[in-house]
Amino acid sequence: MPLEQFVPFIPEIFLAIASFVLLVGGIGLGRRGMRPLALGAVGSLVVTGILVWLFGRPAGEPEVILGGMLAIDTFAVFFKLLVLASAILTIMLATGFLERFRYGGGEFFALILTATLGMFVMASGVNLVSLYVGLELMALSSYVLVGYCKLEVKSNEGAVKYFVLGAMSSGILLYGISLVYGSLGTLDLMEIKTALVAAPQDNLVLMLGIVLMAFGMLFKVAAVPFHVWSPDAYEGAPTPVTAFISVAPKAAAFAMFLRIFAGAFSPEIDHWRSVIWLAAAMTMIFGNIAALSQDNVKRMLAYSSIAHAGYALMGVVAGTAYGTWSVLMYMLVYTFMNIGAFGLVVLLETRGYAGETVKDWAGLSKKAPAAAAGMLILLLALAGIPPTGGFMSKLYVFAAAINAGYIWLAVIGVLMSAVSLYYYFRIVVQMYLVEGEEAESGAELVRDRWAEGVVLVSVLVVMAIGVYPAPFVGWAQGGLNALGLM
Amino acid sequence: MITATHYLALSLVMFTLGLIGVMVRRNFITVLMSLELIFNAVNLNLIAFSFRLGDLSGQILAIFVITVAAAEAAIGLGLIIALTRLKDTVILDDANEMRS
Repeated sequence: MPLEQFVPFIPEIFLAIASFVLLVGGIGLGRRGMRPLALGAVGSLVVTGILVWLFGRPAGEPEVILGGMLAIDTFAVFFKLLVLASAILTIMLATGFLERFRYGGGEFFALILTATLGMFVMASGVNLVSLYVGLELMALSSYVLVGYCKLEVKSNEGAVKYFVLGAMSSGILLYGISLVYGSLGTLDLMEIKTALVAAPQDNLVLMLGIVLMAFGMLFKVAAVPFHVWSPDAYEGAPTPVTAFISVAPKAAAFAMFLRIFAGAFSPEIDHWRSVIWLAAAMTMIFGNIAALSQDNVKRMLAYSSIAHAGYALMGVVAGTAYGTWSVLMYMLVYTFMNIGAFGLVVLLETRGYAGETVKDWAGLSKKAPAAAAGMLILLLALAGIPPTGGFMSKLYVFAAAINAGYIWLAVIGVLMSAVSLYYYFRIVVQMYLVEGEEAESGAELVRDRWAEGVVLVSVLVVMAIGVYPAPFVGWAQGGLNALGLM
Repeated sequence: MITATHYLALSLVMFTLGLIGVMVRRNFITVLMSLELIFNAVNLNLIAFSFRLGDLSGQILAIFVITVAAAEAAIGLGLIIALTRLKDTVILDDANEMRS
């Protein structure tokens, strides 16, 4: 194995070393060293981003490294940079939060870094072995992160549920992988595609394998009916972790979803499309309806992020190149709007978990007009209202579904976006329209420059994509230059 | 004569038992054991297919699955210890505060 093929792998090697250094440093410094450790973690992630830009980009055509395990293509670079951005924003949200709640230790940052490493492998894996290992590295780190506040009952409970259902979904995914391997004799995505193109087949074992893999992946993106873990995991987890696991693993899981389904299994699209169609429709309907009755903002945003996975699945159902880049675009916008919204929940939170109920937002526009305006923009984006990025990204997935002839799916999507306005605007009503005593009862904002910066960045990115989407669309379309994708 | 079909049938039984165990049993330790059953059903499947196809990649994946399952069990046991310290129970239904 020539040494040159490790060169594109340098970012991952650096990330692994950095996470070990942070782990050891965290043991040495303990809670006193939160700020230096956080700076170290952010610094390592920025350096990783630069290394991805320097070494991880394809020179021209996509290439494979490490014996066909990983692909170096623009698709991988897109998701790697997206995951890095969400990891950096999460750490900036988490540092002040962990200090305020007196949860310390460098293992938090080390776990974020290992999860990021897992997602790097998920974004670039082109072999079911590497994809599985990346998925598990991400999942195992997330289980621990959700249960990070081990003295809070809710955090523990969320972690237990996340763990049991996550491990079960990995088992289902693996069983599907074993059946696909048994009928095609290979774990390499390119070889799977070649075999399916050469001899399209519909034997029962292969079909069962593909459907079980679809179930496993739908679990990971929290699509209905495989979503039961996510509201509890999102509500129980420390809020910065909720922000992280609601965006980055979802983006990485969509990358893996696209590589496997829009890539390797694309010759069999007529067989798996109806499964994803049904899941997308149910996810949009159930996620939005269930969010209507939630009084806990974290739980409401959890159901809203289930619904958003449903919108993004529309692009997968379309199965066209347009559908694929619309998913990339959706994940880009979704990452920033969700992290920003959770960032404001973090800012509103004080010991005893105030700031989590809708009532805590009462009168925020008087106490902190800037924060209220930021939340307004992020909620408009989540609801998909112009001129925010949320509108543009929804427009592209709806257009993808309509172009591919799935008009009913788009109709469901539009109707459910209208439903979603109701629960997003419950917060807006509390912030702007509640007067008098009730407005006084709302929670106070915490001073936290880093978290404020995260919210500011998210709002700016969401607005920038909404006002001037061309470069972002170009970037997402560039991500189509991927190995094995159509 | 034991053929690949026998292994696959056994693995299907193990997988089904594991799935039922995870969904029906309320004891966290039994759930962990059921998860392990699912992973071993997968391993059996992979190795049987690998043997029949004369291709090694299935066995390589099986080794990775064993490794990851060990890490997964470690985290599961860690969660059990945290749960026992907080609530003095290993029954999953007792850890159900958030259900709305």
